[in-house]
Amino acid sequence: MGQVTLRGVSKHYGTVEAVRDFDLKVMDREFLVLLGPSGCGKSTVLRIIAGLEDPDEGTVEIGDRVVNDVEPKDRNIAMVFQNYALYPHMTVHRNIDFPLKCRGMPKPERDGLVAEAAESLGLTPLLDRRPAQLSGGQRQRVALARAIVRRPEVFLMDEPLSNLDAKLRVQTRTELIELQRRLATTVVYVTHDQIEGMTMANRLAVMNEGALEQVAPPSEVYAHPASLFVAQFIGNPPMNTVIGKPARVDGELGIETSGGQIPLTPGQCQAVEASSAESVAVGMRPERITIASSGPLPATVAVVESLGSEHHVICRLADDQEVVVRLGTDVPVPKEGARVHLGFEAGHLHLFDAATGDRIGL
Amino acid sequence: MRTDSLPAALAPGFTKVVVVASAIVVLAALLQFVGRHGTPLGRRRATKFSRYLLLLVLSVIVLFPIYITIVNSLLAPDQIAQRPPLLFPTHPRWSTYATAWTTGHLGRYLMNSFIVTTLIVVGTLVTSIAAGYAFAFLEFPFKRTIFVVFLSTMMVPLEVTFFTNLQTVVSLGWYNSYVALVVPFLATGFGAFLMRQAFLGVPGELRDAAEIDGLGHLRFMTRIAVPLARPAIAALGLFAFFAAFNQYLWPLIVTKNDQYRTVQIGLKYLSRSQLNNINVTFAGIVLAFIPLFVLLLIFQKQLIRGLTAGAVKG
Repeated sequence: MGQVTLRGVSKHYGTVEAVRDFDLKVMDREFLVLLGPSGCGKSTVLRIIAGLEDPDEGTVEIGDRVVNDVEPKDRNIAMVFQNYALYPHMTVHRNIDFPLKCRGMPKPERDGLVAEAAESLGLTPLLDRRPAQLSGGQRQRVALARAIVRRPEVFLMDEPLSNLDAKLRVQTRTELIELQRRLATTVVYVTHDQIEGMTMANRLAVMNEGALEQVAPPSEVYAHPASLFVAQFIGNPPMNTVIGKPARVDGELGIETSGGQIPLTPGQCQAVEASSAESVAVGMRPERITIASSGPLPATVAVVESLGSEHHVICRLADDQEVVVRLGTDVPVPKEGARVHLGFEAGHLHLFDAATGDRIGL
Repeated sequence: MRTDSLPAALAPGFTKVVVVASAIVVLAALLQFVGRHGTPLGRRRATKFSRYLLLLVLSVIVLFPIYITIVNSLLAPDQIAQRPPLLFPTHPRWSTYATAWTTGHLGRYLMNSFIVTTLIVVGTLVTSIAAGYAFAFLEFPFKRTIFVVFLSTMMVPLEVTFFTNLQTVVSLGWYNSYVALVVPFLATGFGAFLMRQAFLGVPGELRDAAEIDGLGHLRFMTRIAVPLARPAIAALGLFAFFAAFNQYLWPLIVTKNDQYRTVQIGLKYLSRSQLNNINVTFAGIVLAFIPLFVLLLIFQKQLIRGLTAGAVKG
């Protein structure tokens, strides 16, 4: 079966810790997206699964066997690279055929598989061309065909869409999802693009500085980010965070900021008390904030950005912290410079320990 | 220019040539000047014209000796001595070529040259590709240091190693053999350097993709890296060919008879044996030059690409 399990995997380059103590289980037929900023170690994880890098510690299992000492070619994986990595001096046909040829498969059998893979990706008319004669999207499809022709248990994809233009990227995204459903295989997909992550993944694995921050379905990651990092990384515009200290006003626990007192739900109060956090980062999704004439946080409208389908209202609190509010086109938009109050439901707030970045409460 | 030191008969003609050449260069410079200061269209035309004029003068300077060699090979000996020199053969004597070929044993010498040159080219390519690949794709201890040592051999002139190489060759009993002519030139720092640069241009992702396909270094080198480095390989092959074919001093001292002598030595012997028929020597030179010329015609694109390989990436 095509599951992938990493246990306690670490990798150093000199003094740099690229991946630390990494545990991850990718289910059979799952589309798992490894998401994180550049340099967070996500590509290293993929290369370790592929066998292009050896982990310093830990084990890698593909299917039911430990593959630490198995050569890449024997791991039953295929990899799709950012720059496609097509062999420039070979035609499309030979490129797709090459992995089979390297494995010593007889020619008649190979030809059938190549034709089938090419057909399924609409490459049949291009088989005699060279990579240089193809567009970016076509090259990407050749790279995919080369990967699927071997019918591997696991596909590893390293930012395969990032060299395509925006329109083609959206289209290819859909094609990739369909392809994965059709082939019913496991995909581990690396990207720094949160939209790719949100739209394609069965589960998202968010990485930061070589470690896993959260592994969960995209909706879960969005609704309940496990850490301040995840909260700020996922979402566009990103989640607002206002730093304050837990404080009691009239016996009620809230978060005291220099811009105003933020009230909490009873459940959040308990969690904050239990966490003993000295400083709390309060996260608010831009679409969960309302602009009103009265509310807990007074602010000044700095800039209004109109995107056609929505408005981004950038407000400044009394202590100069910035809060972005997303408004639909059906609500009135305040003028720049207006004094307003920001309102929100306490239940929609996300609380994090500002020192550690850990989530407080559910 | 002191013309009084030249033979009196030559002086007037020579002065004329110098005057004409200087006039053309001055004209080109003038056109360049107009090019900078005239109307836009005139400027472009003048610049272009002056450039071609300059190139024309330069190519005449470069090609003139070759032309004169060909002309002299078709003249009678006393015509060659004539002053002012004849610039066109009115009654070309083609028989000179047959004389040069037979009396100079050029066939034998050319064959030797080709055997030696081919072995050197093949050997250089094999060693340079292997070494360049190692420097580009493999990790091993002291890689940088070893590479610097390779490079430093490029700074040592051939003459410095001449006598040690000679002693080695003689003590190995290779004196007067193809081995002596070939072995010292089978590997060069320049070749390793050129191939390393070419292989560094091969994207790392291709190596990764090949590794997943199960290609070891040897198969990756022969199936992927070498085909991609073809332009550099062609250029290196040509450089090696010309260097080997034009060798003179080394073949002269490690051979003692016709059996192994190369064509450059052969020409020297030809000129010595035909002191009164200098036209025969000229014909021999032309014959020895023809194979190079043909190669140049076939491979000139690669040669130019090779010369600019380090300068412009892509």
